[in-house]
Amino acid sequence: MTPIETVVRLVWLAGAAAFVFGLMRMNSPATARNGNLVSAAGMALAVGGTALLLISNGSVGVAGWIIIVVGIAVGGGLGLFTARTVKMTAMPQLVSLFNAVGGGAAALIAIDDYLRIAGQGQVLPLDIQVATVLDVVIGCITFTGSLIASGKLQGLIPCKPILIPGGRIVTILLALVAVAGSLFLFVTGQTNVAVLFAIIAAGLIFGVTMVLPIGGADMPVVISLLNSFTGTAVAMAGFVIDNTVLIIAGALVGASGAILTKLMADAMNRSVLNIMIGGFGGGEGTVTAVGAEGGSVRSIGIDDAAIQLAYAANVIVVPGYGLAVAQAQHAVRELAELLESRGVNVSYAIHPVAGRMPGHMNVLLAEANVPYPQLKEMDDINPEFDRADVALVVGANDVTNPAARRPGSPVSGMPILDVDHAKSIIVIKRSMGRGYAGIDNELYVNPKTGMLFADAKQGLADLVAAVKAL
Amino acid sequence: MSTELIGALTVFVLAILCGFAVISKVPATLHTPLMSGANSIHGIVLVGSMLIAASATDPLSQVLSLVAVAFATMNVVGGYVVTDRMLQMFRKMAVPSKTPPAPDESKA
Repeated sequence: MTPIETVVRLVWLAGAAAFVFGLMRMNSPATARNGNLVSAAGMALAVGGTALLLISNGSVGVAGWIIIVVGIAVGGGLGLFTARTVKMTAMPQLVSLFNAVGGGAAALIAIDDYLRIAGQGQVLPLDIQVATVLDVVIGCITFTGSLIASGKLQGLIPCKPILIPGGRIVTILLALVAVAGSLFLFVTGQTNVAVLFAIIAAGLIFGVTMVLPIGGADMPVVISLLNSFTGTAVAMAGFVIDNTVLIIAGALVGASGAILTKLMADAMNRSVLNIMIGGFGGGEGTVTAVGAEGGSVRSIGIDDAAIQLAYAANVIVVPGYGLAVAQAQHAVRELAELLESRGVNVSYAIHPVAGRMPGHMNVLLAEANVPYPQLKEMDDINPEFDRADVALVVGANDVTNPAARRPGSPVSGMPILDVDHAKSIIVIKRSMGRGYAGIDNELYVNPKTGMLFADAKQGLADLVAAVKAL
Repeated sequence: MSTELIGALTVFVLAILCGFAVISKVPATLHTPLMSGANSIHGIVLVGSMLIAASATDPLSQVLSLVAVAFATMNVVGGYVVTDRMLQMFRKMAVPSKTPPAPDESKA
């Protein structure tokens, strides 16, 4: 080992240590930002060290440098631009997109390595073969799976669970292709490009068929799971090209991502396995029936709503994704401040998965300068609905659906906000359209509920004006 | 099994245990930033992509490694920047301000 190589390997080790330390600090809100910076510094060290290694050994041709510089410029530019310009509401799909390209890069490393060795007619040792196949399969699954997840969140692909006819058979066939192909490679010990491409194709299609049948509400858990997959694929890439820092960082993300996936699923009271085998798939017919027979919807005017709010003692605002889409977080803060100046007690009920991902709504409201103490987590606020005069639901749907308390509905078992316990309920909503789970909300036909049909931002602005006029 | 493989497997298993240990009881509000932060860490695949790009000679290999480098850099840069943007907002929340910066806050 040359002295430079020794130094670079130590730098890689320092980078890996920074990742562990950074992740640890991201466990608590006070140190989280610093943790991310520590982790970024580790990444800069690792990449800088790699560049140093390549410069020092002098074997890299002009073409090699052009590839590296152009690749970094293009990828870095795209990443920086999208990350800085993305609206906070669209952030989850961007994270999923970054995850897709990471998985794609990991798969490409193994594919490239395999093609080179096949081109030279060499024989791969069994351990490298296993790592290659695992990297290719997992990397390809995360690549297409994350793209589909991103597309669903962006609305390019319908959020509703899409059931592929004979989906289960397709899945089994794909798994068979991957397993048979891998076994063929392991047993013969020969490099076979055609079989590798069959495995690549199986992985890519599997990613699509795995994510398509899953409903939009479960997407955060899916993205987290795919994130963990990418970590594993990167660790496998580390085995393929014999690089320790890839193994450490990949395994770290693979494991921490798995734990995080479980935490997220727990927060939604869902099991990861349940989500993966079909999510919100079954029982759709019975549920629509409940909503359809459920009686009449009462609509309420701006002035009535304003009077109810202005003369209430306790108001709980229930913000949902609709509020975020309409960019109404500032409008809701304005209304809340106006009500407070009239002596009304206002708090916000934050469902763990309000918005598109766990914690997403906190980010959006913090952006609008809503005082942090007013944001209450679900378990803290649920008992308070009994004492609330008015619950103002803005753009939240499934997380308020009382159907979740009964078995037999697609949202059954999902923890919900007890909005229906409030004395009176006002729902600001554009239409009677369905939420993420694709089912009707029984809250809307509750006799206590008044529907205020408006765009969230406009409706809130009108309410502010009406309260001021009182 | 070669000594190198045993060494690599050792590192792999210990890193997995480390990953399990490092995530403790995280408040739900931090789930998204934490996932995004972990997402940027697997951008380390950039190191691997640079190494294969450096030794790429035939055109196919060059194209594959170019795509790999671009993908991995996008993962790294975008991942860290978007995580930082999320956490920037948490800093405001971590220090709860008793006086919201609204002009009409003269009720007291």
